[in-house]
Amino acid sequence: MDTLSSLADGFAVALTFQNIGLALIGCFLGTIMGALPGLGPSNGVAILIPLAFTLGLGPTPALILLTSVYYGAMYGGRISSILLNIPGDEPAMMTCLDGYPMAQKGRAGEALALSGIASFVGAFFATWGLVLLAPQLVKVALLFGPAEYFALFTLAFATLGGISASNQAKSAFAAALGLGLAMVGVDTQTGVPRFTFGEVHLYDGIDFLVAIVGLFALSEVFVFLEHRGSAAEEAAKPKMDIGKIVPSWGLIRYCTPTMLRTTVLGFIAGVLPGAGASLGSFISYSMEKKLVDPKGETFGKGDPRGVAAPEAGNNAAAGGALVPMLALGVPGSGTTAVLLAVLLSLNITPGPLLFSQNPDVVWGLIAALFIGNFMLLAMNIPMVGLFVRVLMVPPRILMPIVAMVSFVGIYGISGSSFDLLVMVGFGILGWVLRKLDVPLVPVILGTLLGNEMEVNMRRAVTINDGDYSILVGSPLAIALWTIAVVGFVLPIFYGKVLKRKMKNPSEEGSLKD
Amino acid sequence: MSDRIFGGIGLLIALIFAWQATIIQESFLSDAVGPKTFPLIIAAVLGISSLYFLFKPDPEPTWPTLGRFAEIFFAALVMIAYAELLPEVGFLIATAVASTYLTWRLGTGPLQSVIVGIATSVGIYVVFKLILGLSLASGPLGF
Repeated sequence: MDTLSSLADGFAVALTFQNIGLALIGCFLGTIMGALPGLGPSNGVAILIPLAFTLGLGPTPALILLTSVYYGAMYGGRISSILLNIPGDEPAMMTCLDGYPMAQKGRAGEALALSGIASFVGAFFATWGLVLLAPQLVKVALLFGPAEYFALFTLAFATLGGISASNQAKSAFAAALGLGLAMVGVDTQTGVPRFTFGEVHLYDGIDFLVAIVGLFALSEVFVFLEHRGSAAEEAAKPKMDIGKIVPSWGLIRYCTPTMLRTTVLGFIAGVLPGAGASLGSFISYSMEKKLVDPKGETFGKGDPRGVAAPEAGNNAAAGGALVPMLALGVPGSGTTAVLLAVLLSLNITPGPLLFSQNPDVVWGLIAALFIGNFMLLAMNIPMVGLFVRVLMVPPRILMPIVAMVSFVGIYGISGSSFDLLVMVGFGILGWVLRKLDVPLVPVILGTLLGNEMEVNMRRAVTINDGDYSILVGSPLAIALWTIAVVGFVLPIFYGKVLKRKMKNPSEEGSLKD
Repeated sequence: MSDRIFGGIGLLIALIFAWQATIIQESFLSDAVGPKTFPLIIAAVLGISSLYFLFKPDPEPTWPTLGRFAEIFFAALVMIAYAELLPEVGFLIATAVASTYLTWRLGTGPLQSVIVGIATSVGIYVVFKLILGLSLASGPLGF
């Protein structure tokens, strides 16, 4: 009951004119960003963060705007999967398998509507899952001391490469690189400068927003420059004839069991560390296929259930991924890492204290997610034609706009050319790392959490009079370390198999949801 | 081969990082751990994973042709020039030039690129400066 009354308070926060407007804008922009190949949830949110700051939005409105973008992008990804057979973002990859064949049979409208409903079901129930699960997790998190937090951060890094990571050394390298970048600047505990090379601009550290926008948004521009004029880009012309948009009740009822099953699966995949929405949709699709079509007769040939399953799955996973981010302050996926950056730059420490100190932020956000879901349902079924038209904007015009908006946002925060130069540097670094198949998300998370992680380690050891054994001094800490080790080692054996199954179509696919 | 070079560079970075960590000036008021330990752990992880790339490299990625490398290099150069010149010449001009260049290099015809570039610049200016009230760099001409 406590939870429900908090949720009611949240609705009171969210239902202001400004917040509803922001949710609407966020959902709209998010759907567009999801639909456009090359712009996914993580770089979409990354570009908008600096703008949200320079506009002077408070914590709750800023979060509402950005999580609406996040949810919207999860909806939008399916549009280009179905119409173009090109996933708009990575989680929508599985939707291509049955969505495009449906479109070829002239049932594009039905596929779009059905996947819109499936997205809604997934996201709606996942948001309920968030409401119910997050406060429980907070109770567990209150038992955490500095040593446990240090172990938890290690766990996050160990599993972040994901179960589908093919080379764990590269994930480890990426995490260490991010942590190393976080060390630049004045040490918060003793006040001595570290790794600044005497450069005054570096004394307050590298702004992680600059790093995020450079790594995610600018590197995308470089990737497009590299692949300009390749076949896939030019061949993509959406079929404008999408047929009837309203699916029959029979079809919805036919797919309902599928949606409900995959929602649960997706949500669990989202909550677990290192999984995220891409894996959520993959697991949902393959489990559903095993269950209802074990012989492979209809799946892959335009089965509506094959459209509903991954969409419900990835949207549920998107909601699930918010649980550890809000309750523990440890994100499990790329986009939630970017959302964590928002919280940190607003001087809000996520984790258990967030629920007691800033209940208005948490519950306002959750209420806004409910509202945003209904908006997205409305946008994605009757108005889907509008987004189809947006797909006609070619990348050669779109990508420069992305680059310029990134510059505007970062310049708006600091007004310094130095930050822009650092951002270009990160753009190039991001491109090189993606070529080498080094995941970018651990780099981001490292720069975000590096200082916090170090502080927790030093605090734990200092409390224990310089004795390092405190780091493995409680059953909880030992359990976390064990999960971290298992999570790191497991992909070494299963990662390659899983990656092959997911048939990642993009070569530099290091941008996880 | 790429991975081996990458491993070599990574190892070099790890060594420099470790060396830089050891020369951190310690304050007389320090906690039990001090400002050096954690960076040294990071350097160790960097070094070990770099050694792994050296000895067990992944299959070669498909590097772009030399022309495309130049493409990326010049795009980065334009962005650097943009960052440096933005406060000097003002937002509208700098952005129009930079986005014209990028649009052109991404495969639009020259004349159309100029139009798209100017439109992009004016569009961003109207939305962010005039409607949302962001402060963009203003050059000698005031825009």
